[in-house]
Amino acid sequence: MNPMKMKEISRRHQPVTHKGRNAVMAGIGGGSLACLGQWAINRLTGIYSPSDAATLVMLGIILIAALLTGFGIYDKLAQIFGGGLFVPISGFANALASSAMECRSEGFIFGIGSNMFKLAGSVITYGIVSALIFSTLRYGWMLL
Amino acid sequence: MTTLEFKNVFVRSKAAVVGPMEKAGPLGSYFEHVAENLHLSENSFEKAERAMMEEAIEIALREAHLKKHQIDLAYGGDLMNQNATSNYLAAQLQCPFISVYGACSNAALVIGEGAIAIEHLNMKNVLSFTGSHIASAERQFRYPNEYGTQKKETSTTTVTGAGAIVLSNEFSALRVTHFTIGRVIDWQFSDVNDMGKAMVPAAYDTLLSHFQDTKRTFDDYDLIVTGDLGKIGYAMMSECVEEQRFQLHNKLNDCGIMIYDLNHQEVYCGGSGCGCSMVVTIGKLLKDLEDKKMKRILLIATGCVHSPILVQQKENIPTVAHAICFERSQ
Repeated sequence: MNPMKMKEISRRHQPVTHKGRNAVMAGIGGGSLACLGQWAINRLTGIYSPSDAATLVMLGIILIAALLTGFGIYDKLAQIFGGGLFVPISGFANALASSAMECRSEGFIFGIGSNMFKLAGSVITYGIVSALIFSTLRYGWMLL
Repeated sequence: MTTLEFKNVFVRSKAAVVGPMEKAGPLGSYFEHVAENLHLSENSFEKAERAMMEEAIEIALREAHLKKHQIDLAYGGDLMNQNATSNYLAAQLQCPFISVYGACSNAALVIGEGAIAIEHLNMKNVLSFTGSHIASAERQFRYPNEYGTQKKETSTTTVTGAGAIVLSNEFSALRVTHFTIGRVIDWQFSDVNDMGKAMVPAAYDTLLSHFQDTKRTFDDYDLIVTGDLGKIGYAMMSECVEEQRFQLHNKLNDCGIMIYDLNHQEVYCGGSGCGCSMVVTIGKLLKDLEDKKMKRILLIATGCVHSPILVQQKENIPTVAHAICFERSQ
């Protein structure tokens, strides 16, 4: 058994990855989510201040994503739209909701509590780390 | 010599229980015992897997007209950490029990071990069982079930199914004749989303050592099935075999391809998991042997025996394949 030979045969059986199609679908998915969000913000701006309206819409998207996760629809949509749903806040909401659902059987503390941020934890960690780095850079820039 | 030959190991009874997706597949009509949904009225998927395995064992024992305490020894295995499903289930079996782990190669491993116990330890009735459940396996090896990732083209779908088989030294229509114990192969492959291909060298190695030890070729078999390579792994396996100048004559197939309708069911490359090779073998292949459609088959159950933690530490995926040969007695 020669690993090099196996690798060579393996390369011949590499399936076609649909990167172009995935990019287009992500664009459509993410784009329409953004349009929907903007439309909702515009509708709400008359009632609330623009920043409050944006926050409300964001919360709305989180709620909808979590509900869709619970009903088992989100993962099917994500398979189609990929990054289009993963990059916006909906991806974050899905990561939290799916982890919480999965670990429900282990109880509130060791299940939901400690596992909810298993996938979303890295977003928070590196969000804070990058916020620290960039705010330091900005502060340094302002001192100059 | 890695192939053991058995003279008096017979299949006394067998049973397979599958999930809804497997019932909807092309082999659906072969599966009599079906779980209506993935929960099986349990409150966790781990318990559902155990319930499914328990049902398979109960049916197998009933068909063998045996009580639990009449089993001399049991072998079982699954995909959970600590072989949890089998070990927890064994607490109800009231017989000596050994749990084995060969990942998806469990099907051949438990049957082979059972055959050794009959032939060389002079036991009368040995129970071998294994199974897998898509939801508990996804959680163990990949992401939460409802997590929205885009699956790759090379992904496989874990089969929800469990199988149990009672081996005995009393004559019956089916016998186990050979067991080839595979070597663990590491060919510096580390893509966990492409397990089918990862297991090909192991399957190939076991097939060649089986042929070498028994001095047989494809001509001596009606069918040789690999465990769960999926369509990409199967294509690669076929190329490897044909390079050795073997004539396939449509005698090579894969349980992962057989169990699902790859064109209409959303399963990507095909089925995988311990349950895959076990339920296809018990549900279809052994029935075909009994019905005299075939005389002799070889099952090469393949498994990725990696640890998700070690793979994250940039280590490779070791793989193993064990082969077991079934024959019609008359």
